[in-house]
Parts: sequence; structure tokens; C-alpha cells
Amino acid sequence: MEESSSSVKVVIPPKASFAKEWSSDQKAFKGVPWGKAMMWIFLVSDTFVFSIFLISYMTVRFSTKADWPNPSEVFGLHVGQYNVPLLLIAIMTFILITSSGTMALAVKYGYEKNRKMCGYLMLATAVFGASFVGMQAFEWTKLIMEGVRPWSNPFGAPQFGAIFFMITGFHGTHVTIGVIFLFIMTYKVFRGHFDTGKRGFFTSQKSDYEAIEIMGLYWHFVDLVWVFIFAFFYLW
Amino acid sequence: MAEGTQQHPLKIYFYVWTLLFVFSAISYWVDWYGFQGYTRWTLILIFMLLKAGFICAIFMHMWWERMPIIAAILFPCFAILVFVFIMWHESYWTLIVRKIYFAIAGS
Repeated sequence: MEESSSSVKVVIPPKASFAKEWSSDQKAFKGVPWGKAMMWIFLVSDTFVFSIFLISYMTVRFSTKADWPNPSEVFGLHVGQYNVPLLLIAIMTFILITSSGTMALAVKYGYEKNRKMCGYLMLATAVFGASFVGMQAFEWTKLIMEGVRPWSNPFGAPQFGAIFFMITGFHGTHVTIGVIFLFIMTYKVFRGHFDTGKRGFFTSQKSDYEAIEIMGLYWHFVDLVWVFIFAFFYLW
Repeated sequence: MAEGTQQHPLKIYFYVWTLLFVFSAISYWVDWYGFQGYTRWTLILIFMLLKAGFICAIFMHMWWERMPIIAAILFPCFAILVFVFIMWHESYWTLIVRKIYFAIAGS
């Protein structure tokens, strides 16, 4: 016990001593709710999963002799007689950013215990997320109809399909799971579970607006991953 | 973070939100305009990192977090860069081997 002089009330030690905190007894990350710390640790592990996908994509793209398909053309849409490059992907990007913004505001209103605003913003986030998944389903359908398969495609290097389905599929799965939880959380917010501290049926933990921030972390992470996918897969 | 110790004015969220839109629009414009080669890659990387940084710092509240948890999250990510470096070299090696093999065997 190195801090015998400090009183029990002091929960947050000085900012400078982070090496001390890492090596401290009982627990690191003092003052950080355990749920939030666990979510961050999960997100770090998920970062590694997505990094490995993107690294394998890089390896495959650099090492293939065939020309890589031009994503600008492959993901273009015909609007009237014009061929707009990457249109659908751009719309998806803007939708995901919009949903990220509404989520951030939901977290803010959650901390202010503003039930209605928090609930409506959560609902908006969920709806934006669901529309993102819908567009991704449309994109997959379009590409499959055009003959893109994990083992071949009409545009160029055969590895393109495998990488596309794996990366966007995994990201889409994350979005889908996020949307399901967003709807559950929206329900809980509107029913006032976070105000009354009702125990969750799965975890038996008392509900708290902290859960909104943890949900927010996950949702922003999904957006964060999309930033990297957008840059490396669609724009590169 | 202890409740009530931090103030997040609404303004900062709208500010970052707008910035993210602008950065995304510019990234899209990079493709639209048709930049190629190093200009393209540099621009894409800059706006990608800006977007990722703002999402992480403001939306995910990392700016207000404590150093121990920031370090625990960000330090492991540098290992990824090492892995990228290794696989980058590996992929060029694979490409050279393929080129030589296909040149001899024909394909």
C-alpha cells in the first residue's frame, strides 16, 4: 500500500503517474468503470482482427501479378446516363458518420439523464445503422449479379472477391450486431430502465446511463473501422 | 471517469461532426478528381488519419480519459505497424518469385 497517507475518498490518483497505476495493486485504470475498460479492451482486440484483414488485403494486392480491379469503376453507379464513381460507398460513408454524430449526442444527453433526447438520438442512430446494412446488402447483391465470387471476378485479380466479401462482410456483421443492441438500448432508455436502475435480464447488473457510453464506444469503433476500409479498400 | 467532472459542450460535437463530413467529402473528391500515385495516397492517408483521430479523441472521449487507459489502448496498436512492415516486404518477395516462376513456366 504505497498511498497510506491519502484518504479513502481519493479515487483518482494524479495523472502523471501512469506507470505507477499500471503496476499498482488490485486494479489499474482507476476511476474508469469496469464495463468501459472491458469494452476498450475488446475494441483493441477487434482492432487487431480488422488489421489482420487489411494486412492480408495489402499482401494479396501487392503480390498478385494480375491488375487489381479499379474500385472507382466497380463500385460506381449509373445515375441516368452518367456513371458516378463510388457513389453508393460515399453515401454509406456519410450515413455512418451521421449515425456516429447522433450517437455522440445520445451519449451526451445520456450523461445529462435527458431520457427523451437520448432515446430519440439512439433511435436515429439505429435507423441510420440499419439503412447502412441495407445499402451493403444492395451492394453485395449488385456485385454478385455482376459475377463477383470469392474465387473469381470479371474485373481483374481473382483475389478481389475474397477480400471484398471478407472485409465488408465482417464489418457489416459488426454493424448488424450494433444495430440490434442499439434497438435494445433505445427500448431500455424509453422504458426508463436507466433512471430506475432496473436489473438487466441477462447480466442482472443495475442499468445505468454508463451503458449508453459503452454502446457509443462500440458504435464509434464501427465507424472508425469504416474510415480505414474506405481509405484502403475503396479509395486506394 | 468520475461523473460530473467533465463538461462536454454541444458545440464541440457539432464542430467535429462537420469536420468529419468535410474530411469525407475531400477524400471522395480525391477519387472524383482522379489524383494518382503518391499525391493520391498521401491525401487519402492524411484525411483517414484526421478522421480516425477526431472520432477517437472526441466521439470516443479519449481526449478526456486517463493516461493509463489511453496508453493501454494505443501502445498495442503500434505492433500493427510492425506487422504491416513485415508483410509489405513479404508480399514483394512473393511477387518477385511469381514473376520469375511464371516467366520460366509460362502463364
